[in-house]
Amino acid sequence: MLDDVIFWALALLAVAAGVMVFRFDSMARATYALLTSLLCVGGEVLLLGLDYLGVVIVLMMTIEMAIMAVFMVMYMMNPAGLMPMTMVHNKKGAAVICAAVFAVLAAGILLAPWPSRRGRASADPTRDLGRSLMGPQMLTMMTLGVALFATIVVTVVLATRRGRYDRFGDDLKARTADDPVRGGVGR
Amino acid sequence: MADAAPLWATAVLPVALILAAVCAAGFDAVLSAAAERGRAGTVREMGVRAAAPLREGLRLLAQQPRRTTAADTLLIRLGVALVPLAAVLAGAVLPWGFRSVSDPSVGVVWFNAMEALSWAAVWLAGWGPNSALSLIGGYRFLAQGLAYELPHMFAITTAALGAESLRVGEVVAAQDGLWFVVWMPAAFVVYLLSALAMAFWGPLGHPLSRDAAGGAAAELTGVDRLVLLGGRWLLLVVTAGFSVPLFLGGGHGPLLPGWAWTLLKTAAVLALLVVGRRLLPVLRMERYMESAWLVLVPLTLLQALFVAVVVLNR
Repeated sequence: MLDDVIFWALALLAVAAGVMVFRFDSMARATYALLTSLLCVGGEVLLLGLDYLGVVIVLMMTIEMAIMAVFMVMYMMNPAGLMPMTMVHNKKGAAVICAAVFAVLAAGILLAPWPSRRGRASADPTRDLGRSLMGPQMLTMMTLGVALFATIVVTVVLATRRGRYDRFGDDLKARTADDPVRGGVGR
Repeated sequence: MADAAPLWATAVLPVALILAAVCAAGFDAVLSAAAERGRAGTVREMGVRAAAPLREGLRLLAQQPRRTTAADTLLIRLGVALVPLAAVLAGAVLPWGFRSVSDPSVGVVWFNAMEALSWAAVWLAGWGPNSALSLIGGYRFLAQGLAYELPHMFAITTAALGAESLRVGEVVAAQDGLWFVVWMPAAFVVYLLSALAMAFWGPLGHPLSRDAAGGAAAELTGVDRLVLLGGRWLLLVVTAGFSVPLFLGGGHGPLLPGWAWTLLKTAAVLALLVVGRRLLPVLRMERYMESAWLVLVPLTLLQALFVAVVVLNR
């Protein structure tokens, strides 16, 4: 009973905050409305008994949204995103796409033959979920992780304007790097 | 595993945290006054100086609020209120001796999540007033948090790794006999440093520093200001307090009961942080960022590797 109340309260709040993302005319408000929505989703996951996943959603989404706020505000057309602006573009097209996606998902929920529970709930759902998701594919996931990380590093290396020749001179012989801002490790 | 505390502990927790925060702020005020005006002559004088934060709090309660043009009041209020709220919620997993208000199986991650919430909150409080200086303060805190969140997470993870559990109660139980600080000194030091950063205070108070006229708190007045600055003290108390179950053996110790040891150790760590503030200047983040990434991250990773090898060989 109490679980039902919490579920519906969080669900309604999540949807309402999700709607507000597109109603607000301020970058910061939209970002934090989205964060509210995601925190509610984290609460729903906690309600499922997946403690670790729920708390990690809260942790990661908070950090992610804070960083996203910086980047969104930084790259907006108006300085620091302080001017009001609409969050919606291509209104008609977006409405059609959203309605279609919603209809498909809702139909899927209603039409899918949901299995009834077999056996008992496991003592540690997070571990079991992880095992069933990752178990046989652990090598794939590890390889994927390394590949993704390598991509990040390579992208940064390619994107940086100042390379090591700028920092250490043509023959890389300079003892200290020529950086615009002096760092804290004695360079 | 820690015992569940009685229900009234939930109501006592915020009061106890606020009390500890007032004591820490009073201690800091005494040290400040001693540095500015010389030692207190009498005990009464000392008491007057220690009550300075309380007087300041009362003054802020009665202060005329000030508004900025086109401020986003909702976001300011949200950000300001979230700081103490996150601190108290993080405090829920702090064990007093061997009992905590809540001891979830992922208590360590919960603590970190609440710290991250306060991190997002300060940006809101800085952005809301529509003022350049407070905006700069908010951005500084985000940058500072980015540089510190990773070493901080690795330091916390190291303790959890040593106990092979994310439950705070089990981390404490694993230190029966040998405190983690003995074989994880690097993680402990990095934790204390990043605790200062997370509470944006002392040497890492750049987000609220004087060169930006008070930074994120520049435009806050009255109750708003009281709640944000009070929340910062709460954060400092909670992060200092969490170093006790993580690295200092929690309630373990000879003779005295568990809660007394927790109290003593927390007080010692807090005193260290408050006194340490007088020894270090406020660090400029753009200079410090490099050390954070090039020194602290590898250091904590090496520490975690060492602990992982020890745990695997056990």
